[in-house]
Formats: sequence, structure tokens, C-alpha cells
Amino acid sequence: MSDAKGLSRQQMCNRLAMEFQDGWIVNLGIGIPTLCSNFDFGDTAIIFHSENGVVGYGPLTAPGKEDMHMVNAGGQHVTLRPGAAIVHHADSFAMIRSGRIDVTVLGAYEVAANGDFANWKMAGQKGGGIGGAMDLAACAKHVFVAMEQTTRRGAPRLVEQCGIPVTAKGVVDLVVTNYGLFEITPEGMALKEIAPGVTIDEVIATTGCKLIVPRDVPIVKGAG
Amino acid sequence: MPKSKIFANFDDAVADIPNDSVVGFGGFAVVGMPVNLYGALAKQGAKGLTCVSNGTRGGATLPGDAPDMGWLIQNDQVKKVICSFTAPTRASQKLVFSEYYEKGLIDAELVPQGTLAERMRAAGAGIPAFYTPAAVGTELAEGRETRVFNGREYLLEYALPLDYAFIRAYQADQFGNLRFRRSQRNFNPLMAMAARVTIVEVEEEILPLGAIDPDDVHLSGIFVHRMVRVPPAPEGWWPMRPAEIAARAASQGSAAR
Repeated sequence: MSDAKGLSRQQMCNRLAMEFQDGWIVNLGIGIPTLCSNFDFGDTAIIFHSENGVVGYGPLTAPGKEDMHMVNAGGQHVTLRPGAAIVHHADSFAMIRSGRIDVTVLGAYEVAANGDFANWKMAGQKGGGIGGAMDLAACAKHVFVAMEQTTRRGAPRLVEQCGIPVTAKGVVDLVVTNYGLFEITPEGMALKEIAPGVTIDEVIATTGCKLIVPRDVPIVKGAG
Repeated sequence: MPKSKIFANFDDAVADIPNDSVVGFGGFAVVGMPVNLYGALAKQGAKGLTCVSNGTRGGATLPGDAPDMGWLIQNDQVKKVICSFTAPTRASQKLVFSEYYEKGLIDAELVPQGTLAERMRAAGAGIPAFYTPAAVGTELAEGRETRVFNGREYLLEYALPLDYAFIRAYQADQFGNLRFRRSQRNFNPLMAMAARVTIVEVEEEILPLGAIDPDDVHLSGIFVHRMVRVPPAPEGWWPMRPAEIAARAASQGSAAR
């Protein structure tokens, strides 16, 4: 983790999970986003879709009780909820490409003020790890990103233009970092909520693009 | 009576695979991965292979000495891989593939996962090419044909036919009708449809005709040519829980001493 300041990874994912609407089909990328499924959704019915053809998975399986035939996109052993279904990969991505997924939550290296984002190839890397990210990013109704505010070396991840190869252009709606919640608007990147213990100046100093900051910025919902 | 599709062992099932074949390996995060067929092909030794798979390694539910694509790469059997992951998903991961790729000893084509699946589905369905919105505007689309439909840009992708598909299934009958269990289905039916010859490692005893209800068949035996039953461990490879992998490693360590 680049910086212990601000929100924990679970708090970051909780904040995005609060945006999921009743009945939404939700796809979580590997890494930080998987924590979204730990959020207490109460009476809100959320159906988790996994790119390997699982519709309606539930919590992680208890150690020792793993079903060796049953994993999510991150290779974690998960349970199935009543009403779950299994399809093959082409049908799973048919659901994605045809716009049936309401939101995908993905990790990223960089998000730009115009909604471009990069998550499959680091600078100077040979090869890359795309997985299902390009299909999901191009086709989900909403694209949310969960990532740290800066790199390990302190460089901003919220940038004017992506400096590494993009996953998709102009698709990101909402970004959560350990410093706060950011929305991509037609006018650019806007700070919507700020993490407790972080100042506006600190957010601006660690953001690599022009940031729209309203007069009053509330504390991140649920983290106060 | 047509020739039986049931082979006595994995070595016989892969014996005739020639050099320069295009081979698809099913599975996702070890589930449905043809571990035993990887081992048999490494032993058989065919070279110049193009290997199609989601990624180039096994995963956490296989012990470190289990066969995977890394075995074929280390044997210098692989010319090219076609995958949705050609880099480790974690910085701490070390891939046999990466060693060879960075030295320029192996070629790679990186494909978004949904496009990879659909390219094989198309090959299996007699469709030569299709357009998809995935990867539009990215490095992968540079210099390639795109077309606008209904105001949106799409990228042209070609079908990906396979010479051989290596897959793993839960149940089979003698015709090769298959059932998969839970997330084992993944790429497996698509690879079988895309291939000229499909070889299946089957987890349960191969059933007589009629034992699988027609409504419960996930892949018709039309797409299946050879089947081998996976023997119980340790003769056959099966995914293991982390505790089982640790116990196995400890017993091997003590045996070596």
C-alpha cells in the first residue's frame, strides 16, 4: 500500500457498493474491487456476475470446505446463492457485451479526467494482463474504479491524460481512492467526498489533473 | 459400430499430435484445466506449438510440480501463445512464460478474454469474423480494421480455429456427451467446438449411452473425439486445497531426506 492515510481498502469498496441499486448485476474485478462483496447490502438485492460464467455467487467458502469446481474471476473459492446459474465463457461475455452488466468495479493504474483509464500494462512492461477488463470497460453500463490515490513512489494516479496504454476511453463514472470519492463529469474530474483526516490541499497536491472542488466537500459516506 | 472414443491413457490420446499444431487448453484458475493432458503432451514432445489458453500458468490449487503450460514452454515445444494474460497478475508471481518472452524466444498474442472466447465460438459456429466493441481505442486496435454501426465503433476480429482442444469435464457418456460441474465449463465447450479434434480428461467413470439425460448435456459428443478417465491421485492430477498441497510438499520433503 502506497499510503496508510485515509480510507482502508474495505472502506473504499464500501463507498462504491453504496451506489449499487436494487436488482443490479454487478461484476467485480480482481484485487481491491472484490472487497465490495463484503458490504452489508441489507434488503438491496445484488447479483454478482463473474466473467468465468457464474451469475449469483455469494461469500467466500470457509477454509477446508472449498468446492474445487467453483471459483470466481479472481480464482477465489466462493459459494453460490439460491437462484445462481452457470454459463460458458461466450455466454458470460455475451451478457457483458450486450449491456446486461449494470456496473463493473475495476482496479487501475491511472484514471484520466476524461474518463480514460489504464489497468492492463505497466510502463515498459512486455505483455500484459487484460483478462476481461477491456470487454467489461467497453460495455458495462457503469464503470467504477477503486485504487490508491498515488503510486508507491507517490506519483498521482488521477491524471490529465493516461501515460500508459489505456483499457478503454471515456468510460469511467466514479473513482474511489484512499483520499476520497471522485466523479468524472463533462467538465472534468470532481471531488465529491473526502476521506476523514485528509485535507483538500492534500487531495489537490496528489492529483495530477485539474480538480473541481465544490465549496463544501462532505466526508466519505459511511467513513465518518 | 463406430470406433470407440475411449482411450486407455493420456499418452495414447496425444500420441499422434504433430509439430506446429494449434492447441487450445481449457480451464480457468485451474477449474476445468486439462492438467493430465499438459503432462502427456510434454512427454510426447511435439514442437512448434501455438497454445491458446486464458493464461500460461496453473494456479493456487495445483502443487508446484503439477504440469501446466510452463512445462511445454520449458521443453521448447511452444512457438506462440494466444492468451488474455501474458504477464503475471501479481508482481510477486514468476511465470516460466515471461522468462522466454522477455528473451524473445516465444511469440505472444494478447487478446481480451471475451474476444478470445468469441473467436473460438465463431470458429466452432462456421463464422469467419465478427465485430466487437472491446479494445476499441486501445493499443490492441492500432492499424486494424474498425467499422461504425449505429454510431458506435467496433473492431474486426477473426475466428480462431484450433487443431486440437484439450479440455476437462465432470461426466461423459460413450458418445462423448459432456457435463461440466460449477465453474468448470468456462472455455471448455468453446474450445471443443473450435477444434478439429477434441481430447477430454473425464473425472468420473465414462457412462453408458442414455445415462446422461439429453436435457442435461452441456456439450454434444459431436464435438468430442477422444476421452480418457482421470485416474485417482497420485497417478492422475486433481486440484487440491492449500492444506493438502502443504501436506504433500512436507511428505515429499521428508521422503527426499
